[in-house]
Amino acid sequence: MKSVIRNVSYFLIMTALIVVVGQYQSWNLALSILNLCIISAIMALGVNIQWGYAGLFNVGVMGFAALGGLAALLISMPPVGEAWSAGGVGVAFGVLSMLVTIAAAVFTFRSLARGKLRMLAIIIVCIIGYLVSRAIFDPATDAIEKVNPAATGYLGGMGMPILLAWPIGGLFAGAAAWVVGKITLGLRTDYLAIATLGISEIIVAMLKNEDWMTRGVKNVVGLPRPVPYEINLQRSEWFIDLCARLGTEPVTFSSIFVKLCYASLFTVVLLLILYLSEKALRSPWGRMMRAIRDNEVSSNAMGKNVTARHLQVFILGSVVVGIAGAMLTTLDGQMTPASYQPLRFTFLIWVMVIVGGSGNNWGAVLGGFVIWYFWIQAEPLGVWFMNVITSNMDAGSALRAHLLDSAQHMRLMTMGLILLLTLRFSPRGLIPERTGHR
Amino acid sequence: MSYLIGEAMTGGYGGVDILHECTIAVDKGEIAVIVGPNGAGKSTAMKAVFGMLDIHTGNILLDGEDITALTPQARVAKGMAFVPQTNNIFPSMSVEQNLEMGAFLRTDDINTTMEEVYQLFPILREKRNQNAGELSGGQRQQVAVGRALMTQPKVLMLDEPTAGVSPIVMDELFDLIIDIARTGLSILMVEQNARQALNIADKGYVLVQGRNRFTDTGQALMNDPEVRRSFLGG
Amino acid sequence: MESWLNAFALLSNFVIVPALAYGSQLALGALGVSLVFGILRFSNFAHGDTMAFGTMVVILFTWWFQSMGISLGPLPTALLALPFGIFFCALFVLASDRLVYRFYRKKRADPVIFLIASVGIMFVTNGIVRFIIGPDDQNFADGERFIIRARDFKEMTGLAEGVSIKLSQGITFFTMIVVVAAVFWFLNRTRSGKSMRAYSDNEDLALLSGINPDRVVAITWIIAAALATIAGTLYGLDKSFKPFTYFQLLLPIFAAAIVGGLGNPLGAIAGGFVIAFSEITITYAYKRFAGYLLPEGMQPDGLVQLLSTDYKFAVSFIILLLVLLVRPHGIFKGTGV
Repeated sequence: MKSVIRNVSYFLIMTALIVVVGQYQSWNLALSILNLCIISAIMALGVNIQWGYAGLFNVGVMGFAALGGLAALLISMPPVGEAWSAGGVGVAFGVLSMLVTIAAAVFTFRSLARGKLRMLAIIIVCIIGYLVSRAIFDPATDAIEKVNPAATGYLGGMGMPILLAWPIGGLFAGAAAWVVGKITLGLRTDYLAIATLGISEIIVAMLKNEDWMTRGVKNVVGLPRPVPYEINLQRSEWFIDLCARLGTEPVTFSSIFVKLCYASLFTVVLLLILYLSEKALRSPWGRMMRAIRDNEVSSNAMGKNVTARHLQVFILGSVVVGIAGAMLTTLDGQMTPASYQPLRFTFLIWVMVIVGGSGNNWGAVLGGFVIWYFWIQAEPLGVWFMNVITSNMDAGSALRAHLLDSAQHMRLMTMGLILLLTLRFSPRGLIPERTGHR
Repeated sequence: MSYLIGEAMTGGYGGVDILHECTIAVDKGEIAVIVGPNGAGKSTAMKAVFGMLDIHTGNILLDGEDITALTPQARVAKGMAFVPQTNNIFPSMSVEQNLEMGAFLRTDDINTTMEEVYQLFPILREKRNQNAGELSGGQRQQVAVGRALMTQPKVLMLDEPTAGVSPIVMDELFDLIIDIARTGLSILMVEQNARQALNIADKGYVLVQGRNRFTDTGQALMNDPEVRRSFLGG
Repeated sequence: MESWLNAFALLSNFVIVPALAYGSQLALGALGVSLVFGILRFSNFAHGDTMAFGTMVVILFTWWFQSMGISLGPLPTALLALPFGIFFCALFVLASDRLVYRFYRKKRADPVIFLIASVGIMFVTNGIVRFIIGPDDQNFADGERFIIRARDFKEMTGLAEGVSIKLSQGITFFTMIVVVAAVFWFLNRTRSGKSMRAYSDNEDLALLSGINPDRVVAITWIIAAALATIAGTLYGLDKSFKPFTYFQLLLPIFAAAIVGGLGNPLGAIAGGFVIAFSEITITYAYKRFAGYLLPEGMQPDGLVQLLSTDYKFAVSFIILLLVLLVRPHGIFKGTGV
């Protein structure tokens, strides 16, 4: 009972902190922070599923989230007709040819006997297939990119509601997880870590370079929304009446209202995923997962296919991260490949999981809130701190300028220190895993 | 007075005691063998004598000196050598390098000692530059024992040296152990193959559930009907 | 005949020479990672930022020397600053070991915990480097630029294609050979080195033999710091110094170490060159090369580039995945898996 009270009070403190921001800074800011907190919490949940249930160290969170963002783009943006007619067919054939190559490689693998000949054959098949696909692909993508590059220059999307992108983003991420997991699970955890790092770098590189799909670093702005636009709100009758009754001003309140809409959507998703995760944890499946994590050798001996289970968990966790990634891009309203940076993304999520409580879903959620909050507040705090330190210095000194400039790098250092300190002194985190002895 | 004695040792790995007032002793040039059923605490008793296990009651005395508080490394410096049952060689290093590692703590010329080891184990001389991990089970045991001998110990402790080797190799190993004892070394040995071990033992200790059950010379134990019934299969 | 020579000169200039230099840098980086893995038994994700830290110190000392007018003639002043960089980098990693890793070693914690801790240290190191020297590009190379210039080569040989070898590339290759030889001599011929190999092989037996574990750990970190600083400095002289780049090098360095066999020093060297050559050969645009070799009518239109240079670390990644699929132990048997 005591732990429940303690946990609830953690969440209450978090709420209070956000309210403090609202009071002293602005409600807009408070709600932005809240929205990002919720998204971070969902990502931390996904990572925790992989870490807490199976002890997998996924260093490629950024890539899976980026796939979610890609889904948002591909689902919701209107198709660019001209681009499709210029190169759509070519792209379709290129993809087909790549699939044929993969099928041919698998076929070669299955039909030839183990040995050097088989490896050589597969390599030749892959090389030829790759060259053929490129020959089909390249002229098509060039043509697409030439269509009005300033405004479009890409294929566009499917013009469907963006909310659909959230589960589809999960699907993309799950598929990528399947590929990586199939190859690296069953080997050391370090190998999985490097492989996830690699695949996330590649995914982001593709987003940055395949302009025909994502406009690359030109970004795709103006993603459609699941919530009303501020401008429209400010003009609608019922909203103006509402503002009059609440005693607020339509312009500021419209943005607050929009953020509240997002917040409610996000909270629904968070609660749903949390509910499903908790249910899974308590189910026989969950108990089996934890048994495997605690003693792989015995589980293997008992006939449980450990690698297959790990793959399941790895995919599930990545699906959750993908959904969160789609949500993030929806909130931003734009898809910016350059914003996916490993230090800020992947590793921050890990700090959330460790500090919040690895192995405990509520802990991961709490960690998401706590760490994101401090990450955001650390910047103004850091600048303030630097100002205090340099206040005695000469106004024009180079050292002062340098220190003020570097305030932002303090954040990274602080995060690292928090991770190390928590790992050492409080490895079970704020809300530790429940080992059901009750 | 025994050269090495672990008196009334009581202790275990965690909260639970495995050894209960167990006493093991060996004289200069003697071969002492510890036998008993599985789980009797044989290896535990030897580890306690070597200092790999903490005993809360009892003393270990080496040549009259109390060494109960010393770490295993310190006991090596005092002249004790220990050959574990498994993982007892450096597999990716050559036989000669394994022997060099055995003599790591020595600062003097080790070549004479290495010569002596090669004379005891001629096959190691043949394979001196081969990786120890590539040798057969019996040869690896020889490397392990040779490594331990490089410190010129006064007491050699062997934990089940014939585990997992074929009967012929086992006989060879026992012959070698007798040769080593003849050079003046004391040997303390834990063995599963009770019959063969007691055959060459000057002193035998039969442990049951961490306590001394029978203590006598090897021959006497072999001839004792009760011992024969319980452990030697009649 | 002449077109063959020209084609070969082209290949040397844009593929072989750069790959030898890049391979040397990766080899040194992978050697550091492999040593830490083999002896301390974990993958050190902070290695890239350790390289950045060491290089940062070298840069600061180089600037100081340059401001005092000290130089090394035709050679880069950075070489003079190298020992100082190694010294401070070694202090830094020893401190991080004492403050962070030692606790987990005593507890015999799971290797994953060490990995997570190394991520924390990576954060902190990254922050410190950016704090001290900033996140931007820094150039600190000086001295002669070329050992042989393209046009000198053309004059000497009369070919149309020139091969230029930068001083930094030559220094890189030469230093790599010297350092690798030194490390191998140390590991195989000295008492300390052999004790480290013994510790890596069978820790418990090494302890029983009287090998001092703290000493082994300290020497490992010092060698790793030296390798990291040297690799980082050579890379920085050859290309340029930017903290984020060193983090990105983590992927090819680990790929090299794993491909060669994690924990195997020889494998790390081999892996470094495999990765470097693959990256560069696969992302090179062979248009001119094909132009020399193919008859007139068959000149290619496009760049004839297998993969764009933006994807060069995709190459390390794919090779890594292939190795994990086919031969997870690596080329030379490593201690991993």
